[in-house]
Amino acid sequence: MRRLASLLALAVVGAALAASSAAAETRPSLDDLENELMCPTCKTPLELSDAPAADRIRAFIRVRIAAGDTKGEIKRMLVEEFGEGVLAAPPKRGANLLAWLLPLAAVGAGAAALAAAARRWKRAAQDGQDSEEPLDLDLERRVDEELARYGE
Amino acid sequence: MRRSLRLVLQGVSVSVVALLLVLLGWEVSSSQDRQALADQVASGERPQAPEFSLPSLVGEGEIALRDFRGKAVVLNFWASWCVPCKDEAPLLQRAWQRYQGRGVVVLGVDAQDLSGDARRFIRRYGLTYPNVRDGAGSTLGRYGITGFPETWFVDRRGRLVGFRVEGPLDTQTLERGIELALASSGS
Repeated sequence: MRRLASLLALAVVGAALAASSAAAETRPSLDDLENELMCPTCKTPLELSDAPAADRIRAFIRVRIAAGDTKGEIKRMLVEEFGEGVLAAPPKRGANLLAWLLPLAAVGAGAAALAAAARRWKRAAQDGQDSEEPLDLDLERRVDEELARYGE
Repeated sequence: MRRSLRLVLQGVSVSVVALLLVLLGWEVSSSQDRQALADQVASGERPQAPEFSLPSLVGEGEIALRDFRGKAVVLNFWASWCVPCKDEAPLLQRAWQRYQGRGVVVLGVDAQDLSGDARRFIRRYGLTYPNVRDGAGSTLGRYGITGFPETWFVDRRGRLVGFRVEGPLDTQTLERGIELALASSGS
């Protein structure tokens, strides 16, 4: 029952997000676009830039929104103007895939290398324990007898 | 197990920092290359001007720097929102009209600018010399452009000569650069 309730809650949240995204696509606001675009002068997200070029791009966006363009159409126009570098996130295709995959690959390789090193260290520590000399049986018997006497 | 997990997380952190350091090193190296071009010109060398071919802002087609081989070129980088660019535009237009008979071309490169704004700028100041648009900014890094306006002088053999002007031109500086570019071409 609890699992069903969780699934229903997830479905409702997912539907709400999808509806919000669809609304933004058909009736975008400046805010919708500002954090998905870069200022061509200072190379920061447009929302953080007060460069003259950023001001001109914001004015352009307002004009296009008033003209009824969708978010996708406005972004395409800006890519035609400035190239794909104007997008805050590179598109996931062609050579731009490297921008997504390389950092993940580097982090993964580092983590894998350290995990392999950790396994080697653990194995070396266990080998060290196994190679210790076996207890003297006679001594062990005497220790057990002494311990038993104290236990009485 | 906990120790292994901690080590893995440390490995991830180290990898991220290493990646950022590599990117920083690459950026520093690139900026040193850009500065090298300006230093070469300042020390009297005449390095070949980086080639480009960009869409014309007036009419169709592209204009390439090599199209002007055999002429001295005043290569001016600008944007319509740049206030000093507005001040020097009439100066460049006058130089174009005065010197084109002596084999000088003024070539404007508009960057970091909306194309509509750039075309309005050209109409407003009555610019008749060729202007191209570098939408993606591909020339800026190669010429070491860090702001607008900025001007280079290119001789008839396509080499950067004289000096780089960062900021607005004045008549004296512009004419000195043009004369250097014309004089350099023979040697």
